[in-house]
Amino acid sequence: MNGLTLHRGLAMHRINAMILRYWYLLLSSWPRLLELLYWPILQIITWGFLQLYIAENANFFARAGGTLIGAVILWDILFRGQLGFSISFLEEMWSRNIGNLMMSPLRPIEFLLALMIMSLIRLAIGIIPMTLLALFLFHFNLYSLGLPLIPFFCNLIFTSWSVGIFVSGLVLRNGLGAESIVWTLMFALMPLACIYYPVSVLPVWLQYVAWALPPTYVFEGMRALLIENTFRTDLMLDALLINGLLLVASFGAFLALLRSAKKHGSLLSGGE
Amino acid sequence: MTENDKASSWPTVADRRLAAAIEVDRLVKVYKQTRAVDGISFSLSRGSITGLLGGNGAGKTTTIAMIMGLVLPTSGKVAVLGHRMPDESAEVLGRMNFESPYVDMPMRLTVRQNLTIFGKLYAVKNLTERIARLADDLDLTEFLDRANGKLSAGQKTRVALAKALINEPELLLLDEPTASLDPDTADWVRAHLETYRKANDATILLASHNMLEVERLCDRVIIMKRGRIEDDDTPDAIMARYNRTTLEEVFLDVARGRVQETLR
Repeated sequence: MNGLTLHRGLAMHRINAMILRYWYLLLSSWPRLLELLYWPILQIITWGFLQLYIAENANFFARAGGTLIGAVILWDILFRGQLGFSISFLEEMWSRNIGNLMMSPLRPIEFLLALMIMSLIRLAIGIIPMTLLALFLFHFNLYSLGLPLIPFFCNLIFTSWSVGIFVSGLVLRNGLGAESIVWTLMFALMPLACIYYPVSVLPVWLQYVAWALPPTYVFEGMRALLIENTFRTDLMLDALLINGLLLVASFGAFLALLRSAKKHGSLLSGGE
Repeated sequence: MTENDKASSWPTVADRRLAAAIEVDRLVKVYKQTRAVDGISFSLSRGSITGLLGGNGAGKTTTIAMIMGLVLPTSGKVAVLGHRMPDESAEVLGRMNFESPYVDMPMRLTVRQNLTIFGKLYAVKNLTERIARLADDLDLTEFLDRANGKLSAGQKTRVALAKALINEPELLLLDEPTASLDPDTADWVRAHLETYRKANDATILLASHNMLEVERLCDRVIIMKRGRIEDDDTPDAIMARYNRTTLEEVFLDVARGRVQETLR
């Protein structure tokens, strides 16, 4: 894999080969398959009951039905999108297969595209049952959001890929000693992305930071839709713009970290 | 011609089909304070089998990793099949392959699944037939549908070799290819490598601690010590020069610093 060029053409057969590899991996372990469902279902049950309780006791939330449970689902798209990307990448590190891939004709962009497609597949396995459960248990129909769901989803998944690409680069450079970043970095966005509360709650100086994160626009947009029945196109376009910048920056960082890994011989060790 | 012009026209053979399989020029790799490879140069002609010998820390693996493009040199140049590495690696990675103890095949996947994926990555035509042929050649047929993690060390080595041969590479880089094999299987693998080389006119660069293996397979030996090339010749010429009857004795002379005394 040439770590230094992105300009050459893509080969679909190589992307397909990598997707096939992760598909085989997914099917080869039922506990891992079960895990894809386990956490989203646990989340939706816990937060769904909380939403029911609050709705019965607070007038505001009664009016804004679904904001909490909607936020939980959208947060899960963001978080599980990144995990779906990163776990597929980590599989290569855990199995010490990364050297085989680096030495093959697979190009970085093809590798990353395969990871992105795999994150969508993993996400679908976890999230679709979660949304159905929300519908049947708590009468919250995520799909009733209609077309706005598409920009919400796209913006969240783009952010999750940017984070996934960046942390994969860090693991490539620093070995599995940096694995914990994969599991924790997204949580650093949690308070700033204003998942469960509006941006106005934050101190003014922190609001600037919050507005630098695309998920903030999505969660604000979701609240606007559920509470005021208004779809904020401006918010989605701003999020898309920032996401574009983030994706380019994360690609650049991945290539720089790959080059650094080659410089320091990290690809031969791969471990700590 | 300026130095820059010279650098841009390196490797010097204009027709890449005639270029050396591997050309290494004043290659240096420094890790912090350690000079792992210290200004080595060599060229391997196509269709040759060369043994890279040396004790632990001699710089063999780093050299092979730089040839593969897995490690960037601190200075110096590498060309593979007439293409500069790593800049032109996309041109040659599909025509080479490798086996190394530093990498594994995914454990949960079966042998067939692993070989299928690598076959697809290398755009191997008639992949099903190719896998069947390799499995037959390397005695893997009965393990094809077994998970890689459930194979013995020797079986895993043969699977890794099958992966290394999946694209019928023109250039094969092998790091200790028979390290975990019993003598019978190791001998059989060597025979397979010899046959493969002859049938495909492939070039093989082989790092090994097994001197008998190197004597049997290689028509050239490069001995490394502390990142430098100590000697580079045919096995017979090297043994004659050191006045020894086996490469193992030569290896011990080099490793224990008895070189000057022996040559004197």
